[in-house]
Amino acid sequence: MHLVNFDFTLDEVTKVEGSAGLEVKVKDGKVEYAKFKIQDYKRFYTQAMRGKPVAAIPQLLSRICGTCSIAHLIASIEAVEKTLGFEPSEQTKILRTLTYHGLIIRDHALHLYIFVLPDLFGKDSLLEFDDNDKVQHQLLHDAFAVKAAGNHLAILVAGRSVHAPYPVAGGFLHTPEQSKIPDVIKELEEIRPAVLRLIKVYAESPFVLERETNYLALKANPFSYLEGQLYDNDGLVAEESGFRDHLEHVVKPYSQASAYTFEGKPYRVGALARLNLNKEALHPRTREDAGFALKFFPSDNIYHNNLAQAIEILHSVDESIDILKSFKFKEEKPQKLEMKAASGVGVVEAPRGTLYHKLVVDEKGVVEEGEVIVPTGQNQIAIELDIARYIQENLDKPKEELRRGCEQIIRAYDPCMSCASHFLKVKWIK
Amino acid sequence: MPNHKKLKIGWFSFTCCEDSTILFTELMNDHWQEWVKVLDVRHAKVLQSDNVLDELDVAFVEGAISAPDQEKKLKEIRQKSKKLIAIGACAVTGMPSAQRNEFPEEIREEINFLIERFHYGDKVKRLDEVVKVDDKVPGCPMNEKKFLEVLEQALKEFGIVN
Repeated sequence: MHLVNFDFTLDEVTKVEGSAGLEVKVKDGKVEYAKFKIQDYKRFYTQAMRGKPVAAIPQLLSRICGTCSIAHLIASIEAVEKTLGFEPSEQTKILRTLTYHGLIIRDHALHLYIFVLPDLFGKDSLLEFDDNDKVQHQLLHDAFAVKAAGNHLAILVAGRSVHAPYPVAGGFLHTPEQSKIPDVIKELEEIRPAVLRLIKVYAESPFVLERETNYLALKANPFSYLEGQLYDNDGLVAEESGFRDHLEHVVKPYSQASAYTFEGKPYRVGALARLNLNKEALHPRTREDAGFALKFFPSDNIYHNNLAQAIEILHSVDESIDILKSFKFKEEKPQKLEMKAASGVGVVEAPRGTLYHKLVVDEKGVVEEGEVIVPTGQNQIAIELDIARYIQENLDKPKEELRRGCEQIIRAYDPCMSCASHFLKVKWIK
Repeated sequence: MPNHKKLKIGWFSFTCCEDSTILFTELMNDHWQEWVKVLDVRHAKVLQSDNVLDELDVAFVEGAISAPDQEKKLKEIRQKSKKLIAIGACAVTGMPSAQRNEFPEEIREEINFLIERFHYGDKVKRLDEVVKVDDKVPGCPMNEKKFLEVLEQALKEFGIVN
């Protein structure tokens, strides 16, 4: 029997957010390890937040991540409001939902068009797509139209799509102008065919890497990135506030990020988890038009995470159109929050999966402790298991191909290293 | 004769949240068709895998400098670029990435094992503490209007557009 020995490293994975590397070792025909290394230097946000007034925390923690800043902003706002026992108004909830749809549309589109699509067409960059080829020309133009629609929705509702200025604990600093809404609805309607083309592209993708595992996500009906309870493959797991009790921190000494297991086992979070657990709750128009792609779920193929993201873009487009057509926004100032010594938790589904923010504040509203658990940290072990499996099944392939394959697997998760490396495990004093 | 010369650019990220990279990709929504004609993107990890750092007209650099190996890389970029532009708050002012510089002793002790394990520098630096910076686009994220002005100016300066 022929036993292979080799190792290889990837110094820097491209077309991802932040800096990550990979180290693989194969000994006697067996993968000894696959180390996924998150290389962003930490910025120590969970230390920096201590001693700051609670009102300053959401904008500070928004800076954890450029691409999903809105996820951190909304999770942090929710943690502040839960801590201080505040219930936001109906309009505030609607505006947060819309803000979030803007995020999902532009963040998923960035990943699917700019980062992943070149892999499907054997190109290095979206900008290398052939403008004279009908299919490539169409996708190239779709890419920027879809991203722009998400960007414009976020600007209308939240003021900006990165570090949005309007959402605060207690409400919104600005109400969308009724006069600007029709153009945004029109733009969302116009990108629908493009999003359906994108779903078709990913439904027909030849990439497969299956590994049976557990999935975890917030689940609600109707489908929501902000509300719900935590579910896994076996059903209800916990309320948002109890999520942390089920996670175990795993130290990866070669990575600047914390990894996690759920009830002692590896799991996946993200769009694939959300559709595996809750596709029935998607917007009816999405279910009807994307039915051909929804039949693939539940799926253990990690590349279906990208298909799930494309479907979520459509859901966010469809729900946003509904809300913008029917809801009448009235002038509403943010409510003032009463300070008290307490602790609270905010949990949302970030584009890449479940995101957890916890706060402990004193009676003056000054932060004593905080904790943030991000999706990429939670997916770290799953990424390593997938890479190990892929290498094990393809030992005979040339190394260059293996390197490319590993990069594609990592990209399928849409990991975000800026998010993952911001904090340390915190010792709880309470 | 049409002018086929392109501006050789690189986009680099050090310690930050990469918000200006995201804004750059959002600006592409409106500008990509003109940019593919005038920009030769030689290094941009966010857009492509095939990146070369040989000679650049303009390097756009976001993020603060956390460690000696980043310092070395930044100096290499400087050496190979005719102009270097600091992009966004962390590159221009160091903050918020430099917040650990202000930590009190007890928090420093708490994070020290990581500072050592991953060979961080003693303090986080803004770009102009390490290399000469030719222009700055401040903001968190960067000011889009200022970025477009700086880019336009470079296109003129290097004779790409009139």
